Amino acid sequence: MTKQSPPDTLRLVVDLNRCQNYGQCVYAAPTVFRFHGEESLEYDYAPGEAARREVERAAAACPVQAIALGAANEPSPLSAGSDR
Amino acid sequence: MRADRTVVVGASLAGLRAAEALRDEGFTGELTLIGDEPHEPYDRPPLSKAVLSGWLPADHTTLPRLRDIDAHWLLGTAATGLDVPGRQVVLADGRRIRYDRLLIATGTRARPWPEQAGGGLRGVHVLRGREDAERLRAALLAGPHRVLVIGAGFTGGEVASSCRDLGLAVTVTQRGAAPLASALGGVVGRAAADWYRDAGVDLRLNTTVRTLEGDSHGRLRRAVLSDGSTVEAEVAVVATGAVANTGWLAGSGLAVDDHGVTCDATCRVLTPDGAVVPEVFAAGDIARWPHPRYPGQLLRLDHWDNAVRQARTAAHNMAHGGHRVHQPLPAFWSNQFGVNCKSVGLPAIADQVVITQGTLAQRRFVAAYGRDGRLVAAVAVNSPRVLGGYAALIEAGAPFPPVLNAPDGPPQPTAVDAEFPRRSTAATAAATAATAATAATATAQRRPVMTAHP
Ligand SMILES: Cc1cc2nc3c(=O)[nH]c(=O)nc-3n(C[C@H](O)[C@H](O)[C@H](O)COP(=O)(O)OP(=O)(O)OC[C@H]3O[C@@H](n4cnc5c(N)ncnc54)[C@H](O)[C@@H]3O)c2cc1C
Ligand code: SF4
Repeated sequence: MTKQSPPDTLRLVVDLNRCQNYGQCVYAAPTVFRFHGEESLEYDYAPGEAARREVERAAAACPVQAIALGAANEPSPLSAGSDR
Repeated sequence: MRADRTVVVGASLAGLRAAEALRDEGFTGELTLIGDEPHEPYDRPPLSKAVLSGWLPADHTTLPRLRDIDAHWLLGTAATGLDVPGRQVVLADGRRIRYDRLLIATGTRARPWPEQAGGGLRGVHVLRGREDAERLRAALLAGPHRVLVIGAGFTGGEVASSCRDLGLAVTVTQRGAAPLASALGGVVGRAAADWYRDAGVDLRLNTTVRTLEGDSHGRLRRAVLSDGSTVEAEVAVVATGAVANTGWLAGSGLAVDDHGVTCDATCRVLTPDGAVVPEVFAAGDIARWPHPRYPGQLLRLDHWDNAVRQARTAAHNMAHGGHRVHQPLPAFWSNQFGVNCKSVGLPAIADQVVITQGTLAQRRFVAAYGRDGRLVAAVAVNSPRVLGGYAALIEAGAPFPPVLNAPDGPPQPTAVDAEFPRRSTAATAAATAATAATAATATAQRRPVMTAHP
């Protein structure tokens, strides 16, 4: 748990304008993505590091590249020392 | 002087994406992000959906940071003033932050319910931020006998839908003749009314709330409606639109009012007499600008897609002194009552609509919107895969009604009146009373067109 790698850095966002509800992400990472109703994709933006492999697989499987993962290495703006 | 200090005020979707885009564009100077919320930037769309219904905790909405931005973050810090000649942002604690370039991205807030009509009662909610969602979620968990939702726009529908998911009794009042009518017109709006009713919502159309009444402890008890009837409810959610967060810009000499900050098509902010302030930019829900595709009006698009795109355009022009024009094809989505609704183009400018695929009754359809014989928008309900084709037709200036020959199209597509509330009058009063004073001073051509999410 160093400052450079905060414990819980897995973050994702889905561009729901681009998403075409193919559902590959739901198969790849069922604890992170779900359909609510027939066509409404819902997902956890911060599912925890344990889900990383699943989420990476989901992002790679999305046919329209609608899933973006966090890619910053610097500490979160709320961790100590970033607000100077 | 070298333009090496950039300040972004408003640390949410537009602010964060603009900061990232500035670095992508090669900006190497000092970057400061100022945001009044004590949170890392988070996403609002789930607040009225997965968060309210309980599937997603409110603190699981934090947006990913897409790259390092090497910024000074001033979170939990409100900007209270702007000194344009001195190029300084004034903070609530009196500090002054100098800039060479400034991006205004302070978004909008939910229009509050008037104090004198019961706005101060406990149990009266709005939904814009994470704390709003947490408070409302707690109130719903307490098991109210009925929830009143005031306004059947996108946010109102999403909130009502989430309440029904929780098994709560819901009444929704809507000023107009159908839900979503000012954004999507009466034809699609009437279909939406069926979504509400089939979900068990008590939908009161052509009805407003006259006043909210409380008990002796200041807790909401009931609402008195415009038809004189009353609704007993312990929770009310006010979803009647948004007001731009321009308070901190009062006296700045920029063109600001409750509608937003006026800029040119390259995201540069203007003064009231139309002069460009070359070092001040705006993006996201707060920005109004002349979109070249929609001449004669100022557009404000309170939607996720616009916040992201306008942030990029503004960042590009800030970093390079460029003149890239912000002219996206508008796009948004909404999920409510188990229905996925996606839109491209600007339905609100249409005069006619035609169902080109599926049927309204099946809840799987595409509505194409036309104006003066051209396709201007398409709304896809539970048909998320088809919109790309319509977007291309709109951009190409295709004729209306469009010739598609879709296999699931009706045998004889008939274009009908799109039934937007009369635009010249009360209809843009979707932008309502609060803004009447400023609207009165605006000329007819400068009528603001807005497709707010709320
Ligand atoms: C409940 C809800 C559901 C939504 N659902 C959808 C949807 O399904 N689809 C869709 O397309 N869009 C949706 N939207 C719209 C979308 O969330 C917005 O378009 C987007 O948030 C705009 O981003 P922004 O950064 O411009 O503004 P905002 O997200 O409003 O951010 C502005 C930030 O500036 C801060 N700020 C304000 N004043 C100051 C000040 N003086 N000093 C410092 N900071 C300040 C604010 O607190 C806020 O953090 C929804 C919005 C809401 C509220
Ligand atoms: S895989 Fe991509 S397109 Fe399919 S539902 Fe998930 S995000 Fe949407």
